[in-house]
Amino acid sequence: MKYTIMVNEGPYQHQSSDTALQFVRAALAKGHTIFRVFFYHDGVNNGTRLAVPPKDDRMLQKEWSELAEKHGLDLVICIAAAQRRGLMDASEAKRQGLSADNIAAGFRISGLGQLIEGGIESDRTIVFGD
Amino acid sequence: MAKKFLYLNRKAPYGTVYALESLEVVLIAAAFEQEVSLAFLDDGVYQIAKGQNPKAAGMKNFSPTYNALGDYGITQLYVERESLVERGLTEEDLMPIVYEDENDEYAEKPSVQVISRAEMSQIMAEQDVTLSF
Repeated sequence: MKYTIMVNEGPYQHQSSDTALQFVRAALAKGHTIFRVFFYHDGVNNGTRLAVPPKDDRMLQKEWSELAEKHGLDLVICIAAAQRRGLMDASEAKRQGLSADNIAAGFRISGLGQLIEGGIESDRTIVFGD
Repeated sequence: MAKKFLYLNRKAPYGTVYALESLEVVLIAAAFEQEVSLAFLDDGVYQIAKGQNPKAAGMKNFSPTYNALGDYGITQLYVERESLVERGLTEEDLMPIVYEDENDEYAEKPSVQVISRAEMSQIMAEQDVTLSF
């Protein structure tokens, strides 16, 4: 089955990103396809490469990046939600005249249309939120 | 073939950003020519309450945007009756959101339909994609 995943909460404050990650791993292990993972609301904060959690804690952003690299996942951060919360890739930072970017490997910034397209193209769309 | 998309609004309009950002998704989604409807339940019913004025709290009143949904071809706004009753609200407390029916000489018709919890579950069951906010 082809899935689109929506992650609506940031890392650590809520468990939704952890649950989504575990769902994606399990779905891939069963041979399903992940069409896209779309990060919205505070979920965009899963895509910062500047998080430094304690060493004995899980590293969610890194786990997403590694999973994306291993399975060619399309991790999309909503641009409107990202702009509000200071999540930037290099080109967006340049466009906004900002001195730095913070997006992690494997994530890309794009529009809400990517979520709707995911809903249209996938057999199931699953929301992981509060 | 168009899919049926339901946007499920469960949270109050202010206090968290869910309602505002849900509406942003709905407005983008309207461009994709899918069958879009909205549902309001739990504290989400406050999103379309009349007379919102959050100015003193430093928030922007985005509720007028719901009146524009008809122009985006979004004409079905389901409100759960039990959620209204549990909060001491009636349909009279909701904004009179309307749309112009192009199949009926552009007559103004109400977009809001107050339905029971059982009917709401039926509507949810009919959807292809449900996005919950």
